[in-house]
Amino acid sequence: MNDPQAVTQQIMQQQLMTIGLAMLAVIIAPFAGGFLAGLDRILTARLQGRKGPPVWQPFYDVFKLLGKNQITASRMQLVWMYAYLAIMVFCLIFIALGLDMLLTVFLLGFAGVCLVLGGFSSKSPYSHFGANRELVQMLAYEPVLLLMALAVYFQNKTFLISRIYDSNEPLMYSMWPIFIALVIIITIKLRKSPFDFSTCHHAHQEIVRGILTEYSGSYYALFMIAEWYEIIILLWLVALFWAVPLWVGVLIALAVYFLEMFIDNIAARMTIGWMVKYSWVAAMVLCMTNLVYLFIKRGVF
Amino acid sequence: MGLIEASRLKSPWILHYDTGSCNGCDIEILACLTPLYDIERFGMVNMGNPKHADVLVCTGALNKRSARVLKNLYEQIPDPKLVMVVGTCAISGGVFHNCYNVAGGADKVIPVDVYVPGCAARPEAIIDGVVKALGRLAELQEVARGKKSA
Repeated sequence: MNDPQAVTQQIMQQQLMTIGLAMLAVIIAPFAGGFLAGLDRILTARLQGRKGPPVWQPFYDVFKLLGKNQITASRMQLVWMYAYLAIMVFCLIFIALGLDMLLTVFLLGFAGVCLVLGGFSSKSPYSHFGANRELVQMLAYEPVLLLMALAVYFQNKTFLISRIYDSNEPLMYSMWPIFIALVIIITIKLRKSPFDFSTCHHAHQEIVRGILTEYSGSYYALFMIAEWYEIIILLWLVALFWAVPLWVGVLIALAVYFLEMFIDNIAARMTIGWMVKYSWVAAMVLCMTNLVYLFIKRGVF
Repeated sequence: MGLIEASRLKSPWILHYDTGSCNGCDIEILACLTPLYDIERFGMVNMGNPKHADVLVCTGALNKRSARVLKNLYEQIPDPKLVMVVGTCAISGGVFHNCYNVAGGADKVIPVDVYVPGCAARPEAIIDGVVKALGRLAELQEVARGKKSA
């Protein structure tokens, strides 16, 4: 039994399985994300009393965009768009492999930076406006994601995501205020109303298309695919809050996504200053309270 | 039919430009988005950005100022693209056809695929026009494929 060769083989097999799962996640995620985006469009239509497009509409859109002629104003913005997609994929791989949560959050932040730099690399004023607004949105959500990673560290004494699956009590018990903060943040991150400042899914008229104004054809399709990855990454982060039987976490994540769609439909766009105040006051107070509680629980004070 | 070609017929994004309309046809186009007609069920979305659009929908008599804007917008739409004119004015200039500032219909500056008559054109006619435009796109795709295989 204690044959070292057998043990190494077993470890190798386990590693291979994890890598296989991660690859599977990378392949499945855009389909799942696109499906969720399609559900979003149907649900939005039904809430407005319309019939709505078929569930597969986002896929039609992406395939159509892939077949369009490529017009671009600057080559640099394409580099940033490819980087945005690539980093999103890396981020998903990090979560799927159960690696460092802090690094995952940093990667998510860097993906956002890529999008902003892409917006700044064309001369369109709409694109610049959108990029500025995206920066303010990052200012609003980034601290909460960092504090969430920190809280996971205080709870599990490690940043490793894989350790969350092994713990015997869901994170939700001791971290529900941060969960509420995360739900607030996801509205900003998914660019849903009332926080659809940098670009918007519905009424495209305010600053044309914001940060995406200069992207056309297949490069816009890249953004849509990256956004689907983003949906899955964020919902996976939500699901981690109840990772012990994972299906409960998945159900919670789907419920959160439904809530986001609902908020998107009942809320009008707010001002950007209000968003920063709201997220820094409401979400940060929740996060800090939770962190202090975790400190006290661990007997640091 | 390839995946991309099939998807083109299912996701026409619309750019609406008013070259000098009385706003009657514009309101009818917006009526297509309402729950009663709901053109989004065919995948049509009203875009504010020519770079994302597939179908340019043009209303109103073409005046000499808006002619170059229309041309500019048309050029910014990536291929393959379709142009649909809605209303009598956009087809020929309508009652304004011999005004000093009116150039005529939209087809004076850009190639037009589908004409939707009416004053104002009804939403049903506009939806029918888009369906005709997509039929034309399908036809063009067939021709292109035939040329490729021949």
